[in-house]
Amino acid sequence: MSQIVLLSIITLCAIGVIAAVMLYYAAKKFQVYEDPRIDEVEAVLPSANCGGCGYPGCRGFAEALVKADDISELNCPAGGASVMSAVAKVLGQEVKATEPMIAVLRCNGTLEHRRRTSTFQGAKNCAIGQSVYIGETDCAYGCFGYGDCVDACKFGAMHIDQTTGLPVIDEDNCVACGACVKACPRNIIELRKKGPKSRRIYVSCVNCDKGAIAKKACAVACIGCGKCAKECPHEAITIQNNVAYIDFNKCKLCRKCVEVCPTNAITELNFPPRKENKNAETSGVTNEN
Amino acid sequence: MLKTFKMGGVHPPENKISANSPIEVLPLPKTVTIPISQHIGVPSQVLVQKNDKVKVGTLIAKQNGFVSANIHSSVSGTVQKIEEVFDTSGYRRMAITIAVEGDEWEESIDRSTDLKKDYDTSIDIIQKIAEAGIVGLGGATFPAHVKLTVPQGKKAEILIINGVECEPYLTSDHRLMLERDNEIMIGTSILMKALNVSEAAIGIENNKLDAIKKLTETAKNYQGIKVVPLKVKYPQGAEKQLIKAITNREVPSGKLPIEVGAVVQNIGTAFAVYEAVIKNKPLIERVVTVTGKSLEKPSNLLVRIGTPVQKLLDYAGGIDENATKVISGGPMMGKAISNLDIPVTKGTSGIVVLSKKEGYRKEQNNCIRCARCVSVCPMGLEPYLLMAYSERQMWSEAEKDKVMDCIECGSCSFTCPSNRPLLDYVRLGKSTVGKIIRNRK
Repeated sequence: MSQIVLLSIITLCAIGVIAAVMLYYAAKKFQVYEDPRIDEVEAVLPSANCGGCGYPGCRGFAEALVKADDISELNCPAGGASVMSAVAKVLGQEVKATEPMIAVLRCNGTLEHRRRTSTFQGAKNCAIGQSVYIGETDCAYGCFGYGDCVDACKFGAMHIDQTTGLPVIDEDNCVACGACVKACPRNIIELRKKGPKSRRIYVSCVNCDKGAIAKKACAVACIGCGKCAKECPHEAITIQNNVAYIDFNKCKLCRKCVEVCPTNAITELNFPPRKENKNAETSGVTNEN
Repeated sequence: MLKTFKMGGVHPPENKISANSPIEVLPLPKTVTIPISQHIGVPSQVLVQKNDKVKVGTLIAKQNGFVSANIHSSVSGTVQKIEEVFDTSGYRRMAITIAVEGDEWEESIDRSTDLKKDYDTSIDIIQKIAEAGIVGLGGATFPAHVKLTVPQGKKAEILIINGVECEPYLTSDHRLMLERDNEIMIGTSILMKALNVSEAAIGIENNKLDAIKKLTETAKNYQGIKVVPLKVKYPQGAEKQLIKAITNREVPSGKLPIEVGAVVQNIGTAFAVYEAVIKNKPLIERVVTVTGKSLEKPSNLLVRIGTPVQKLLDYAGGIDENATKVISGGPMMGKAISNLDIPVTKGTSGIVVLSKKEGYRKEQNNCIRCARCVSVCPMGLEPYLLMAYSERQMWSEAEKDKVMDCIECGSCSFTCPSNRPLLDYVRLGKSTVGKIIRNRK
């Protein structure tokens, strides 16, 4: 009896030792080397997996960062400069500060500005609306307001304002990952420079129709008249397909275009209110919205 | 036992209130607007310029590639402008606007109404049909010459003429069968010759008993044509369902009807083929049903292509404040229109005016997993699942579950007790997956 017990213990031990040796050599032979820095970098990243960097999730981005010789071309829009400097620290590199970006909605066709000409009862989804018909207004380019962008936003930075029927971008939460830009079937949302003190100027219209048609559909449509382009001292404004576009790299935020636009299609954000007297001191005034 | 297709199907209320109104000719409008893309395929190439004089039947835009169609002027007069106008979807599309002056026809067109059977047998029939700009008049507007060109290695065995008209309300094909029976038979014979088949079947649902009787009687004088009465079931007018009902053959997934030796053409198309080959008349007018319970005079009108929808509604008594939705096509598959100035095109089989009660969608609720959509789907798909995929943008799963096989008949949305917008989402999945597949090539 004791012999059988002894034999089985010895056999089991022998099998265990053989298996351990085999496993050890297999692990050595088939080992996949992974840079330990990938894990370190991944720990620093925000793990939102938003895809804003262009890589499949934060792990993918961490791999790309470790692989890259120069990480200045890569950027984590969700984490911003602080995360990127932390990454640079892990990798022992220096990183240039990138200018913060933010999503802007290039449509101001609120319920008040755009007349509703029909009612859509189908599924409230912008992509479906786009494939079915022009939408509830006569503007073939403007926002549906069904919120595909809101659904796409992983940072809770968007919501639909019920009084205007348009999505609103929350400046504090937007990390410029670009998910809303991809979700919008009408390419209305654009990533632009956040600007000093969050001050931005952009054309809030993408209507490519001729002026008369665009104006009939929406009171604040860009009619492509070109006044802003003539006025701009920095040559930042171009007119293409009957719609103006302000290049945010050239714009110096002088606000001259805003004044000349006949349809108020150019939006300025977070600027102090205008003074009648142009010489008045403006630096003390801040706009807290 | 009457024939029908086996899988799925629904029975929407028929509402064929204009079935007893004979086809009337709508008076000419002041201007017509003729879009250059009235068919599936490449938009046609414009041949005229502003201020050009045109006659009825003058070629104003020519076929641009194989899957495309010629477009002829439907009126005589002067080309006013060539610019973008609203189309059925509300988007702007290029169109030719012609101011009507008199009613002068091209000399080559035989305008007499007498029945003729003989034609120059040496001509290439398919070529002639392409020249006349004929497209599928059931509503899908697929260029007819493309369908009739049998690909190499395939052989057509049977021609099926679609007189099912399974959409509720619509009666244009029904009236055409009653009033132009001989023309349809001759058109069918011409199509049979073009396809080199000896057999043709005309499928008619048995809610049109007068048409079945009349065509069965007429068919006795024509060789190889038989009338097949079918049990009423929507969507029997869909190509694949009709082939299944008549021949009991199933078109494989992703394949065309020619795979099982069948070619399907609409009743209206057969009539247009008669006019094109025998009378040398291009496709410049079609029968349109203008109907709705609130209309004073639901009618079947012979309308020139390009006439504004408003004109048709005025003729039928105008719309009142009760009307909430105007649909181009039938109520199951047609498109609601947001502007009454849009023109009648080659594919407009009907204009249906719906009242508040019929027109509005009901409140949407959650899916209760009753699987009614699955049991009514004539293609054997799972609409609830495809909708869920679309909502979550799971396109590869949607493709695996055959979203591309959807014929967009709307039976799922019609039958859903929770009023879920199934077809809206399935269609989104279909168009997105279609794009993905095209990009792959």
